[in-house]
Amino acid sequence: MARLGEVVRQVRSKNAGPFWLTVDIFCGSDAAFARVRDALKDEEVARLFRCAPARLRRFDIASLNAIKISLPRPVVQGSPGDRDLHGASYANLLAEMEIPDNS
Amino acid sequence: MVRVLVPSGALGLGHDPDALDAGIAARPDIIAIDGGSTDSGPHYLGTGRSKYARATTAREWGALMAARARAGVPLVIGSAETCGTDRAVDRLVEITREIAAERGEALRIAVLRCTQDPDDLVRALAAGRIHPLDPAPGISAERLRQCSNIVALAGAEQIQAALATGAQIVIAGRTTDTAIISALPLLRGCDPGAAWHGAKIGECGALCTTRPDSGVIMLTFERNGFTVTPMARDAAATPFSVSAHMLYENADPFILHEPGGHLDVSAARYEALDERRVRASGAIWVPAQRYTVKLEGARPTGFRVASLVLIRAPRHVAAAAAWCRDIERRARADVCARLGLARDSFDIELRRIGQDATLGALERRRGDPVELGVLAIVSARDAAAAGEIARLLNPYLLHHPLPADEAQPSLAFAFSPPEMALGPAHEFCLNHVLELEQPMQAFRLEVIEVGHGQAG
Repeated sequence: MARLGEVVRQVRSKNAGPFWLTVDIFCGSDAAFARVRDALKDEEVARLFRCAPARLRRFDIASLNAIKISLPRPVVQGSPGDRDLHGASYANLLAEMEIPDNS
Repeated sequence: MVRVLVPSGALGLGHDPDALDAGIAARPDIIAIDGGSTDSGPHYLGTGRSKYARATTAREWGALMAARARAGVPLVIGSAETCGTDRAVDRLVEITREIAAERGEALRIAVLRCTQDPDDLVRALAAGRIHPLDPAPGISAERLRQCSNIVALAGAEQIQAALATGAQIVIAGRTTDTAIISALPLLRGCDPGAAWHGAKIGECGALCTTRPDSGVIMLTFERNGFTVTPMARDAAATPFSVSAHMLYENADPFILHEPGGHLDVSAARYEALDERRVRASGAIWVPAQRYTVKLEGARPTGFRVASLVLIRAPRHVAAAAAWCRDIERRARADVCARLGLARDSFDIELRRIGQDATLGALERRRGDPVELGVLAIVSARDAAAAGEIARLLNPYLLHHPLPADEAQPSLAFAFSPPEMALGPAHEFCLNHVLELEQPMQAFRLEVIEVGHGQAG
């Protein structure tokens, strides 16, 4: 097992407007991309964000060795209960996720 | 061919002055800069304020006005003063007048106003001309009237109308980040797929290059593609840095919705022309059946006061979560009993900095922190109640024991008083589009002449 953040080049998250959050995983190589693409299960990601799996939008972008995951913001930006206005800290949830070694 | 010079991702972020000089020497047809965003939260739209210091805005805007005069081409800013309300636009017009007077410059300024009259929107809602995006909060006539500000986002058509006045400077209220860039290439007959694609890539200036902090890039639009050239000598645009920008702050990396249609970059190609320039082509523009503009609205939700207390003793650090829950429970009951407030008219929330303050219930890591900060956030319907609740909370934060039989402890307040008034709170309450019969329907254009008849 390894932490996803140790396998890839960068994980970042940002607001995509006040109502959406988007997480970009830049894997850095074909091998890392293939590994993360196969290891990352939508149900697990949805659990991390406490989001309904059907609400996740996922894009595996081979030309960039990147995986993008967008979801409705857990709390609308700046509304009561929002803890991170720019949404940049959510990336840590994915970066700290354990993924299996190459089979 | 149309050359659009983008000095940085937003006015206020700064740019490399040498790169700006290089950009002017490369003979742009227009200079386009974004002035705002919702990304700093609902306070700015709610109050109409700018997030930047007036001195910062004046200094950077002055540098761009001077660069514009040298180039002899239009300078366009969208989303003036962060939120792009009418009052924000008026502030930037005032700054522009001051700088023009200092420079002895005579200017024609086109001013595009985007603030919406709630009564107009209530009628539009009743007529079925306001459509929800996903996810959209529920709206009603009452909710629209509660907003302190509602703006509609202008697109390329409105910026083109402003340019058609012959103005040297266009100061626009809330505008899509891309429209200030795409407007001129579209007007000159460039392929709309290329115009919008280049606009999206260039919206944050040099963020699509290897040196984001340098700010300045040139976008060269041809009939069916565009080229990105960074203006800082040590910056490079690569197929990766350029194409990766489609992911930035965009829920869908292939589709971008704009007034009048959407951009689809699924078939786009990115090609290195040399070590620092990239040419892109192949994106397509899909016109929409109806012309819509996005609405943004913020409404006041009450007032907030925050307090901060620090916990250092290991046994207190270890018990902090239960300690916070106990205080929340007791203080809420006290507020109802002593102030006579209904439970749903206020809130008290304690967040443990050093434990899970950033992610809350989503946090999965557990550690052994040296100390914790407890951030108490009080919200209430008016400022007086918020202050009173925060003072009611004060002795709990300072002395509340845990376990209950502990002799009265004292925790650490960092300053006196520990309460910080945060002022009025706002929330974004619209994620909707407004359908228009023609693009200028929700916008107002004014032409102002400044400095005419003066010496110099």
